[in-house]
Amino acid sequence: MPMAAIEIERLIKASIPDAEVTIRDLAGDGDHYAARVVSGSFEGMSRIKQHQAVYAALGGRVGGELHALQLETAVPNTETTSD
Amino acid sequence: MTDATSRIDELVKSNDVVLFMKGTVLFPQCGFSSRAVAILDRLNAKYETVDVLQDPEIRQGIKEYSEWPTIPQLYVKGEFVGGSDIMMEMFESGELQQLVGAEA
Repeated sequence: MPMAAIEIERLIKASIPDAEVTIRDLAGDGDHYAARVVSGSFEGMSRIKQHQAVYAALGGRVGGELHALQLETAVPNTETTSD
Repeated sequence: MTDATSRIDELVKSNDVVLFMKGTVLFPQCGFSSRAVAILDRLNAKYETVDVLQDPEIRQGIKEYSEWPTIPQLYVKGEFVGGSDIMMEMFESGELQQLVGAEA
């Protein structure tokens, strides 16, 4: 069952209130998204921990009802300019 | 430790660089696994792969072992590195090359 982008954003923000969330529907099928999540709460966390925090916010949906979520996380204002 | 956990433990500890993926290097069965393989090849890394589609126990077990919900998953020297997004970020920043110790 595909998930709406707005629902993904709502779940992330419910768990990480200061998160700035940008979501793109990669394939236009409501099943393959890319999300960029920027939050001050990521400060001092490894990339793995940052991604795990987002996966936790989505409560086990990633890898299940949400097939693919390409994920990028960052702390505000300390981003690298790799892209 | 369950049987699957001890097998995964053995795999990550006996291989310097090991990628848990869907499909094989020649025939990846998912775009994300394909991307992970492409990154390692680009780095000329020496790596082993485990096809989780051939082994349901490992497929489920690795998600719990790493506390990570998706495949592919990369381990270097026994440490979980991340999935294909993190691999791509670390490839672009040069960190991954340092980690796998390969020459570009």
